[in-house]
Order: sequence, then C-alpha cells, then structure tokens
Amino acid sequence: MSTLDTIPKTKQESLVEVLLRLGDDRLIHGHRLSEWAGHGPELEEDLALANVALDMIGHASSLYSYAAKLEGKQDEDHYAYFRDDIDFKNIAMLELPRVDFAFTIAKQFLFSAFSYFLYRDLIDTVEDEQFNGMLQKHFKEIKYHLRHSREWVLRLGDGTEESKKRIQSAFNDLWMYTGELFDQDDTEKAAISHNLYVDVTSFKEEWMKLVKETLEEATLDVPDNDQYMFSGARGGRHTEHLGHLLAEMQFLRRSYPDAEWK
Amino acid sequence: MDTQQQLDEFQKRIDNGETIEPKDWMPERYRKQLIRMMSQHAHSEIVGMLPEGNWITRAPSLKRKMVLLAKVQDEAGHGLYLYSATETLGAERRELVEDYLYGNAKYSSIFNYPTLTYADICVIGWLVDGAAIVNQTMLAKSSYGPYARANLRICKEESFHKKQGYEMLAKMADGTPEQQRMAQDAVNRWWWPTLMMFGPHDSDSPNSAELIKWAVKTKTNDELRQHFVDRMVMEAEAIGISLPDPNLKYNEETGHWDFGDIPWDEFWSVVKGDGPMNRERMRARRKAYEDGEWVREAAMEYARKKKLREGKAS
Repeated sequence: MSTLDTIPKTKQESLVEVLLRLGDDRLIHGHRLSEWAGHGPELEEDLALANVALDMIGHASSLYSYAAKLEGKQDEDHYAYFRDDIDFKNIAMLELPRVDFAFTIAKQFLFSAFSYFLYRDLIDTVEDEQFNGMLQKHFKEIKYHLRHSREWVLRLGDGTEESKKRIQSAFNDLWMYTGELFDQDDTEKAAISHNLYVDVTSFKEEWMKLVKETLEEATLDVPDNDQYMFSGARGGRHTEHLGHLLAEMQFLRRSYPDAEWK
Repeated sequence: MDTQQQLDEFQKRIDNGETIEPKDWMPERYRKQLIRMMSQHAHSEIVGMLPEGNWITRAPSLKRKMVLLAKVQDEAGHGLYLYSATETLGAERRELVEDYLYGNAKYSSIFNYPTLTYADICVIGWLVDGAAIVNQTMLAKSSYGPYARANLRICKEESFHKKQGYEMLAKMADGTPEQQRMAQDAVNRWWWPTLMMFGPHDSDSPNSAELIKWAVKTKTNDELRQHFVDRMVMEAEAIGISLPDPNLKYNEETGHWDFGDIPWDEFWSVVKGDGPMNRERMRARRKAYEDGEWVREAAMEYARKKKLREGKAS
C-alpha cells in the first residue's frame, strides 16, 4: 500500500494485499529477467532466464487475476498497467537494473531462497483454497529457480578470478536490500491474523543458513549484516529505478486504454 | 576426393527418397552446403530474437507479454537444436557462431528491419513466421535426417506463433482507429521484405539446382514465394488488411496471384550489410557474446575443478 493508504481491515482486504505483494515481486522480477532475452551469455541461459521470467510473470498474472476477482476489477492487467510507483509493493532489490549476469544470479538466488521458505510455510498456513492451489503450483517452479541460481552461484564463485570478483561484488551491492525481505509491517500482521500470511522472521535463520552455506561453498564472503539496510518499498518508498521500469512497461497500454490488447 | 561411384550411389539413395544420417557417406559438397544452410538457419533464429525482444518489456497486456517472451524463448530453442543438428556434420558451435559474428556467415535479412510499433510483433508472427513455415515445411522433408527432424519440430512451434500473431493483428485491424493505423503501417513495411525471405529468383539463385538435386530442398524459391503470396492474399482479406502492391491480381490462367516487382536492389544491399539495422543487430549480438565470455569461462573452469576434486575423492 502507498503511504497514503490504511492497513487492511477485513479478511478480504488482507487477502488482496497479500496477493498484490507476491504478485508485484514476481512481475517486477520477471520484467528485469525478461530484459535478458536475446542478450544472454549463452543460448542455454537465454532459455533458462526466459523460463524463470515466464514463470514469474505467469505467477504474477494468476495472483493479480484472483485479486481482480475479489476487488471487482476488470482483470489482472489493471494491477500491472494502471498503478503508479507508490502503489507497487515489491521489494526494492527486484527493481534494480540488471547490471551483469552475476548481479542477476545473485539477486535470483537471494530472492528464490526467500520465496522457497515463504511459500513452504504459506502452503501450510493459507486456508483459502484458490490461493493455496496457486502457492502449491508455484512452489514447484520456485524449487527449480532456487536450484538453477544456486548452481550458478557455485560456478561463478568457484570459477575464475573474474567471475568470483563479479559475483562477490554483486552480493556486496545487493546486501543492503536484503533487510527488507524480513521487515514486518502492520499489513503483514493483519494478514497473519487471518491465516493469510506467515511471520517472515520465523524463517530468517533458515534463509541465512542456506545463503551462508552456499556462499561458503562458492568460496565467497558473506557480506556484513551490520550495515545500512534499505527499507520501505513494500509501503511504496521505492528506488528511482521503478518509475523508469513502469514507464516502459505501461506506456503502450496507458496510451490507448480503450483499445483491446489481450 | 569423392569417387564417381560413390557419388552415383549417393544420388541413387537420394532419388529413392532415402534419408541421409550423420554416419552415412556423403559428398563433401553436400556436407558443406548443409553446414552453410543449417547454421544460417540457426543464426537467423538467434538474431531473430532481437527485433521481437525489443517489445517484451512494452507488451500491452500480461498475456501478450508472456506470449512474446515464450516465442522469443522458442527461438533460442530452435537455434540450439539447429546448432546441434549442424554439429552432426562435424562442425563446432563456437566456430559457427564466430563465423557470423566476425566472419562472412549470413542470417536471414528480414531481421535487419526495425520493430517500430507493437503491430510489428503481430506482423512478424503472421508474415515472417508464415513465410518461415512455408520454407520449413519443405525442409522438414529434406534428405538430411537431423535437419528434416529439426524443421518438423520447428514448424509445429512456428505454426502456433503464426496463429498468435495473426489473431492479434486481426484484433488490431478490427480495433480502434489508432490500432488499425498501426496494423496497416506494419504490414506496409514488412510485406516486401517478407517476400524477399524466399531468396532471389530461381534464375539468380546459384545454390538452388544443386540443393534440389540432393533433395535438401524440394521446391524452388519462386515456387515457395508464389505459394506464400496465394495464401497471404486470402488471409489479409479475411481481416480487412490491404497488401501494399497495386499489381496484385488474380491470374485465371495460372490459378495464382500475380504480384509486382520485388525491390531486389534493396534485398542485395541488405544482404551485403547495408540495411537499416544490420550494424545494430551485429553490435548487439557481439556484445552479448563478448559480455558472456567470462560466464562461459567460469562455467568451464568450475567444471574442470569439480572433475579434478571428484577424481581425487575416488
């Protein structure tokens, strides 16, 4: 929600909030991954990155579609194309420009690891059948994303001197955006009270352990946790990058809103 | 040197409609021609990702975004198995790739045109993939087994892409005035370059006779082009799109549609590297290749270290 909105009061409002938070993470991440199409380091990775991007945008689309049904909006596109920066609820890490392959992989790994634990616990918690069905379907794909990115962290970390330097610097640069993964606000607390979300701090240690073990196996240093951490993107306080991303993503649809584009 | 007896026996197999497989004997020239054709086809799939990729981040609905992304992903897949099929002839992927990035190998000239509006994406699906299907349906019967099978698989996916492009173009042609304008403009720009995709007239196509003799191809450039035009005229009419050729006219005698002169000067100029996007396409592909070098090296080095460790462990 933007800084102007209030905390969801009803169960349905909470559900919509959760659907949009998950959806926005996935749409924005998928958008950045889709920028690789045709520019990947090898053909196999063009395929793999496009695959993950497709999964992400597909997940977002089904989450949005359910939210649209609940809110009486026309369809999933409403949320992707007709909201502004301050309405988007994705974490900031995912909107950062793609930089290089190491940066994309590090980001993919940190986010997939987070998604893995989040979805695992959500599946055990969420009672809403339609939502839970989506979570189970998406979880299968998240496992693959985690494996794919983890393998690349190992390859790049324990590969050449240059690859090690690049992936280490990617983790260092991304670290200040990891704090936000475990920020818990009142919106989340409201959703938890309706069994629609889980306490993210409950799996923070597991996440950290997986990240640490992977980085150590990749002969990389785990960045210092005792540093400035970015926060607030879920509440609409984004980086400057999101506006440009949305300008690109939304321009055609917004230029001709009355046209049929599906 | 291939002996006359070998050549005769090979020709006999071709004439009997047999399929040639990688381990079979084949004339050196047959092998060379196939490597040239198949790798050119593979390069085209890869360069073809660029004009369409240009609209992924701006696609006007989530559905269309996924359709386009999946299409571009399919093209990477086509490139991959065409390179693999070419490797069955003893060529190496890296060398083939470097030959188009830094050498003389060609790719389809159609991808040297820009995608200016979203309608271009629909028109590429309809016209460009439509032309590719005509060509690849023939190649799916090619005498070289791996190439025939690759084309069979590609055709199935391309047919799907063509349907998606045509459907969306139909919607635009039947949509708001702005959509109609974009749709017609895109068709106007892509029509002639698409006709050029079938290659020069038979009289100017030096490789055709040989490829037909060996049943790598079974139809000539002009035959394929005519087949395509006949189909497209009907499909354009069905969705209220006009084709930018005042000389397009049904010929009662031949049962085909006659069409105007193809701007061959433009064709040869683009083939030689002077098209609107040739330099940019090459720059983008070279950049991806060069930026990816350290990634490929890292993967190889990691694999080497891992093998070494496993060797020590056992």
